[in-house]
Amino acid sequence: MGFFEKIGFKKKEEKLNEGLKKSRDGLLGKLGKAIAGKDTVDDEVLDELEEVLVTSDVGVTTTLKIIKRIEERVARDKYLNTTELNKILREEIIALLKESDAARPSEYDAQFQQKPHVIMVVGVNGVGKTTTIGKLASAYREAGKSVLLGAADTFRAAAVDQLKIWSERAQVPIIQQGQGADPAAVAFDTVASAKSRGADVVLVDTAGRLHNKISLMNELTKIKRVMGKVVEGAPHEVVLVLDASTGQNAMQQAKAFTSAVDITGLALTKLDGTAKGGIVIGISSELEVPVKYIGVGEQVNDLQVFDRSSFVNALFENKVVS
Amino acid sequence: MFEDLSTKLQSTFKSLSGQANITELNIADSIREIRRALLDADVNYEVAKEFTRKVKDEALNAKVLQSVSPGQQFTKIIYDELTHILGQEKEEIRFATTPPTVILIAGLQGSGKTTFAGKLAKLLKDQKHSPMLAAADVYRPAAIEQLKTLAGQIDVPVFSLEEKNAVKVAKGALAEARKNACDVLIIDTAGRMHVDENMMNEVAEIKDTVNPNEILFVVDSMTGQDAVNTAREFDTRIDFDGVVLTKLDGDTRGGAALSIRTVVDKPIKFMSTGEKLDAISAFYPDRMAQRILGMGDVVSLVEKAQQEFDQDQAQQLQDKIRTDSFDLNDFYKQIQQIKKMGSLSDLAGMIPGISQQIKDVEISDDALKPIEAIISSMTPEERSEPKILNAARKRRIAKGSGTSVREVNDLMKQFSQMKKMMKTMTKMSKMGRAMQGLKNLYKQGKV
Repeated sequence: MGFFEKIGFKKKEEKLNEGLKKSRDGLLGKLGKAIAGKDTVDDEVLDELEEVLVTSDVGVTTTLKIIKRIEERVARDKYLNTTELNKILREEIIALLKESDAARPSEYDAQFQQKPHVIMVVGVNGVGKTTTIGKLASAYREAGKSVLLGAADTFRAAAVDQLKIWSERAQVPIIQQGQGADPAAVAFDTVASAKSRGADVVLVDTAGRLHNKISLMNELTKIKRVMGKVVEGAPHEVVLVLDASTGQNAMQQAKAFTSAVDITGLALTKLDGTAKGGIVIGISSELEVPVKYIGVGEQVNDLQVFDRSSFVNALFENKVVS
Repeated sequence: MFEDLSTKLQSTFKSLSGQANITELNIADSIREIRRALLDADVNYEVAKEFTRKVKDEALNAKVLQSVSPGQQFTKIIYDELTHILGQEKEEIRFATTPPTVILIAGLQGSGKTTFAGKLAKLLKDQKHSPMLAAADVYRPAAIEQLKTLAGQIDVPVFSLEEKNAVKVAKGALAEARKNACDVLIIDTAGRMHVDENMMNEVAEIKDTVNPNEILFVVDSMTGQDAVNTAREFDTRIDFDGVVLTKLDGDTRGGAALSIRTVVDKPIKFMSTGEKLDAISAFYPDRMAQRILGMGDVVSLVEKAQQEFDQDQAQQLQDKIRTDSFDLNDFYKQIQQIKKMGSLSDLAGMIPGISQQIKDVEISDDALKPIEAIISSMTPEERSEPKILNAARKRRIAKGSGTSVREVNDLMKQFSQMKKMMKTMTKMSKMGRAMQGLKNLYKQGKV
């Protein structure tokens, strides 16, 4: 039972959805009863809200922030019924998630302002960078764009082979120099080649690295810098890939990658399990970066453009292990 | 981001000093702090709740000791409870009475199974076993290539099939291991979501087919609240024997370890701490407890220092400092001692308080290299009598060590400052005694 099936994104399983609805009404119903006509919220209800948010990896700091915002709204507006309360709860959380800006559209068929539009993909080990690039390549190609891949993960064993297989699946060309090559040189070559071929989109894969390894983070800064020497302003987008099952450490990851390469967007992967990836709320709000994509499976079309309200709805559903 | 828990507790306990017992009322703040610290460390919500309840009961029954502050005592109670849950002693792999021993590795995508399989193979090979690896991840593009590359680096055979059938790979590998007299077979499987029915059936079928002696569940130490769901589901389906925590070279608190230990009663057997194939070690519950609480790895540091630092040499060193005959030869020896203790950043990370301060600063092991090079480029005479260094000698040394005259000057300046400082310290307090005192403090968990 996948995360997005639960909210009716794919096949609906009516029975299960009904069960989920009940538990959702449970929390919100109580929340409504407790504060209807009052100007404060009961501790017990806030405790329950806290549980929902914390168990979704939203984190204590952001959870307290959300609760504070709701208390302030309630004190000011004195909401009366569950429907209204339901609405403000969602609104307050959605407000924390930054929206995508026009210069960097998430939709695959949107026009880019630059040609080539260079996207660099970064993240810690095992979050799904290469898979995300494979899916992006395929989506852009299907939207009629010409795509070029750059295999700048020259460190991990067989990473180049892995990306190559994705490039064959998506039927897009790839620039590679093999394992052990200088990743900055690969990135440079890729962007230069895209420029001469007139490609629309360039996707540059990088090796996974833990954000506390300074020398590896410096390497990333260099990879980014050399691309700008070929095409003005490149990379135009730096996507940090986060694993939805990661807990509070994702915040440290986002901060470190921001200071090294100034990330412009997030991709949240592995949402097809039971993890909710709530930490992105705090990251998006604190670092002011939008969530752009979510990964919901291993198939090539399992990368969706992020939708704020579907994501928030999913937070309030029960965790169900089928 | 995180404050040291014991510091926080110290302040919440200010009001408590002078009172004979810990009471429900005066620990309410502290309990809240503990719960918060656990949640910040990614301990599961329910687990954290249950844990704080237990600690509270324990604390209420404890007498306030005179010798330590209530904050320290409370920290000790938490630490002991954490260590208790994380496991009492080291747990090892169970080998088959008749080889080959079959080890099955399973876990979510990206948890680090393949890298761990390579590390385990190397560890076993170093222990004089003859391991074989089976590439049963038939789905992820180039997963087999990755395992083959790793295996090539340590010269361990890999069994794989063209056919995309993981059960057949496992079965074939077992026959091949028997044929080639390999005494351990390590089966690397594809990453799978615990909610993926087909994939969970597959791993269960592999288990039934090869009947492993040891099933290891690999978990990313950065995992958040969901760790309990995945661990529970994998345990229900394949009843694993042990847990492997990976990516502990990051800066995560690793609260998932506590969550998993609480919901499934299986030991944590290995920790994986880097991308190199020898970055693997047994699991130490006490160190993990300190990590979750942000206490710094005090015990390991003391142990390491005791192991590596030769007592006789230390005595000689002290005498030399006292008589002012400490020279560059001794300094060089000291650098070698420090290097034996491990990487500089590892050492610094183990010191409480410092671990937080330096978390953004990487101490390169290369920092010592120019110093070593400069000293190595000196004549024995220059080393024991640095005063004789004139401009010509310095130029020669700089050239020989690939450094600059300025670097040589800097080193000489630092050396003389250090010498002065050491002398003052010895005079002041008989350094030996002070060091011993410090060690005792560490042991009692006061620092």
